Amino acid sequence: MLIKTGVPTKEMVAEKFPSEEALKKPKAILECYEAIPCNPCATSCPFGAIVIEDGMTSIPSLLAEKCTGCGQCVVACPGLAITVAQIVNHKVLFKIPYEFTPYPRKGEIWKGLNRRGEIICEAEIQNVIANINAKTALVTVIIDRVHLYDFATIKQL
Amino acid sequence: MTEKDVIIIGGGPAGLCAAKILADQAVSVLLIDRDHHLGGQLIKQTHKFFGSEKQYAKNRGFEIAEILIKDIRDKPNVTTLLGATVAGVYHDHVISAVKDEKYLKYRAKAFIIATGASEKALAFENNDLPGIYGAGAIQTLMNLYGIIPEDEVLMVGSGNIGLIVSYQLLQAGVKVKGIIEALPVIGGYKVHATKLKRLGVPFYMQHTVKRAIGKETLEAVEIVRLTDDFKEIAAETKIIKTKALCIAVGLSPSSQLLGMMDVAMKYVKELGGLVPVLNETNQTSDPHIFACGDVSGIEEASAAMMNGYIAGLGALKQLGRAHPRHDELLHMYHHELELLRHSSYGEKTLAGLKKLGGGPYAN
Repeated sequence: MLIKTGVPTKEMVAEKFPSEEALKKPKAILECYEAIPCNPCATSCPFGAIVIEDGMTSIPSLLAEKCTGCGQCVVACPGLAITVAQIVNHKVLFKIPYEFTPYPRKGEIWKGLNRRGEIICEAEIQNVIANINAKTALVTVIIDRVHLYDFATIKQL
Repeated sequence: MTEKDVIIIGGGPAGLCAAKILADQAVSVLLIDRDHHLGGQLIKQTHKFFGSEKQYAKNRGFEIAEILIKDIRDKPNVTTLLGATVAGVYHDHVISAVKDEKYLKYRAKAFIIATGASEKALAFENNDLPGIYGAGAIQTLMNLYGIIPEDEVLMVGSGNIGLIVSYQLLQAGVKVKGIIEALPVIGGYKVHATKLKRLGVPFYMQHTVKRAIGKETLEAVEIVRLTDDFKEIAAETKIIKTKALCIAVGLSPSSQLLGMMDVAMKYVKELGGLVPVLNETNQTSDPHIFACGDVSGIEEASAAMMNGYIAGLGALKQLGRAHPRHDELLHMYHHELELLRHSSYGEKTLAGLKKLGGGPYAN
């Protein structure tokens, strides 16, 4: 599916998520499905929470108990394949990488898109950190919890 | 005639890394590029690079160019000659370069050929209509000169270049009408594909361009579905309106200078075309001549950098001034190459190198 359409299956996505219990604290979702020689996620993590066997030739895995959800890996990943998710009651806070201008601004309501690019929800912009690590902004959005496994990115409408 | 210890032809990632190795040793180096700036294709790359810290991963391509250029800029033994095209290579180790309509002659004890690659074309009806671009041209316009080609573009090719340029077009505010791919599977890194897909870019898998439509400039493109063995299914065509079409269907090594130098070469499909046979220090069959980067096989810039370092080490040894850490560094850069090729993408390169023979791949 992924190699033919660019969209991972629901099962592939679900496997990348820590348990919903663990997600009561913010945790990185490493949506890396393909072993390409690459390791900035692991080397950027200040807590040693991302492990890549053989140094850089396998798919990274998360040691969820060590991850603080800081978001360093989100802006380090060259594939923009990492987000941070945290469940707060009926909402989810997502930290996502964003590389388009204009950047969203705190308080704005944007649209949430799924992995096919379809609009699925409203996304309230909670925070924007624009200047860490060379031009990839770290945007925090709040969406309804039901979209936890579907939400992929944001778009202004 | 100017004499140098080493002349490097091509100032992209491979040539710059070769220069970097030589810059710290007591040898005179001339680095020639036909463009007016160093960096090769790196300077057009606005995406973050993969790999490890040894390849400056997570920096953007143009930032990597800045780092590499800074490393050689103030070295008194490295001279650069920009805007100069090497037009002739002679058996007495003399080359001539054309600059400002003058022929300049240079002689060197060793040459490092790092001339890179050129884009493959695609044959279809009306493929000369204005509005039809190569991916490199679009990157040059957009990322070097800040000019968008059109407000909408249809991409041909789902390899990394097609995917990356599509994303850059979106960043520039250009609508990407779709990505056409002849194969049933996406060619490039899937993370690049998912970035486009979640922004709603359609992929037309197992399709190719049938013809371009337009009177004076491109207005639309007719695409046709392909069978698994690449036969057109005449009944399954589709017309997509677009003002621009971008062709990103692969690269072939720019090995013309090596051809003039009479070094042993082979056609290896997996490496992109005609490539030189190299030993473990990237030395060709002529001991004075080394090659590195895409000219010796199409790979990512990260591999080109490692091969540049290796060719630099080889040239020093050939001059009888082997790098004090020759063995250690050679081993390290080969180990990095091994890691970079350790994926489904590297398999093709490894198969090609095995066919090519020579060097550490002979077995």
